[in-house]
Amino acid sequence: MNLLESIGASVVDQLAYVGGLTNQWVRGMTVLARVLPFGGTRGRWQAAIRQMYAIGVSAVPMVAVVAACAGFILAIQSASALNQFGAVQLAVNIIVIAFTKELGPLLTATVVSGRSGSAFSAEIGSMVVTEEIDALRTMAIDPIELVLAPKLIAAVIVVPCLTIMSSVFGIMAGAGFMFLKAHMSLNVYCQYALEAITLGDAFTGLLKSLVFSTIIVHVGCIEGFKVAGGPESVGRSATSAVVTSTLLVILADLLITSAFYLTGMN
Amino acid sequence: MDEPIISIRNLTVSFGGRQVLNGVNLDVRRGEIIALLGASGSGKSTMLRHMIGLARPDSGTIHIQGVNINQCSARELMAIRRDLGVAFQGSALFSSMSVEENIQLPLRELTSLSDSVIEIMAFIKLASVGLADAGKLMPQELSGGMKKCAAVARATALDPEILIFDEPSAGLDPIVAAELDELILFLNRVFRMTVIVVTHEMVSAFRVADRLAMLYQGSLIAVGTKDSFSASTDPRIRQFLDRKPQRITDSESVQRRLRELVTMTGVTE
Repeated sequence: MNLLESIGASVVDQLAYVGGLTNQWVRGMTVLARVLPFGGTRGRWQAAIRQMYAIGVSAVPMVAVVAACAGFILAIQSASALNQFGAVQLAVNIIVIAFTKELGPLLTATVVSGRSGSAFSAEIGSMVVTEEIDALRTMAIDPIELVLAPKLIAAVIVVPCLTIMSSVFGIMAGAGFMFLKAHMSLNVYCQYALEAITLGDAFTGLLKSLVFSTIIVHVGCIEGFKVAGGPESVGRSATSAVVTSTLLVILADLLITSAFYLTGMN
Repeated sequence: MDEPIISIRNLTVSFGGRQVLNGVNLDVRRGEIIALLGASGSGKSTMLRHMIGLARPDSGTIHIQGVNINQCSARELMAIRRDLGVAFQGSALFSSMSVEENIQLPLRELTSLSDSVIEIMAFIKLASVGLADAGKLMPQELSGGMKKCAAVARATALDPEILIFDEPSAGLDPIVAAELDELILFLNRVFRMTVIVVTHEMVSAFRVADRLAMLYQGSLIAVGTKDSFSASTDPRIRQFLDRKPQRITDSESVQRRLRELVTMTGVTE
């Protein structure tokens, strides 16, 4: 009975979490227009641009290195397997499709979640601890609009950009290996690559990155808003933000990929 | 007499089965300074959080300017909050903004004034609390007293009708605490603000308040003028006023618990 009770309690907790996340998502959507440069509340767009710098520009080196390494690794593994069948050039297809549809969005989301998701929860969490969020509420300022919305707008703009960049870096690292291994020139590599890729693949990748960025911002922020007590709780919330958002990103990836597969759009 | 600006009826709050506020009734009159007294854990902060609508009570009502803040629309609550300035205990200045940006924030967010007007207004507010030179500093660079003053400047930025102070003198030296008292009196006299001071500092409460209200273990045991408080014979009020230390009064429960512990560990005589 005790086991049943604890399972029940944990299910209720998870449902409450999803409920909270949905509620926050809806509230985020309703205030999103106020961040836009024309017709929005003043100062918001500037805040969004600062966030774009923090989430996007500062993450460029990290995303580039991670994507390039992954691209090189994927090229080594797939080329050595395909070499046995004398079809080494098919490695190009694998790299290109894997990156545009899967690895680009996923690797970028992982980096952004680790860098920014934790930063969001720590920032908001310490604002809760120092009563800054309470102060905002009593000043009739909606924390969702002031704190969350600029991050959300910034993330949905820069994360897809980062994703494109990470795919380019991954694919180019693959080109480097193919040149070393099979003396395939960049020109030829690009030709193979362009033949392999379709507009649909690029669309899938960008759609995923859009969903992932929304998840990262909302999970990071909700973990921050949930902070109660002292500084220790802020640390826990940062950890929880990264763990939960990474998990949800993978789950969302599975859902989207399955949906595309089942509808035959894959 | 006018309708009270804040009217609290039967406010009852409990956390995890423990009753924190026990049917509190209080009327705050327009233009007065009322000090809410009480020892640590008496429910002062909880009462304050409910008064400003940050938490919902289990039962009871709170009317501010005649509006029930727990049943009104979000728009009405926003309007009420514009009339409400709160200076938090830890000052709650936004650490990512400079002092003047902190004061400017409510003006930028809630008014359509132009930037230059906002800058001037924020400067006036800062100057009125004696921080004219500190506008460019970050909150971390201010002393404890300056932070409190900056918090007051921010709370008064929109010229609220009601100003609430949470422990204004906590952690401050007597001189700065006295300056804050003068500031509270100044804001009340000059701008006719209704001021609620949550405090456990008797000196400060007697200096500023028109009326005092005393919370004891979640119940409001006395509301009255300074004179009626000084003359009170209620042992709970006298203990607070005369700074009598509280010993472990409930020795019976201590003994009971000790006996339990002894039985549990199996120690025999």
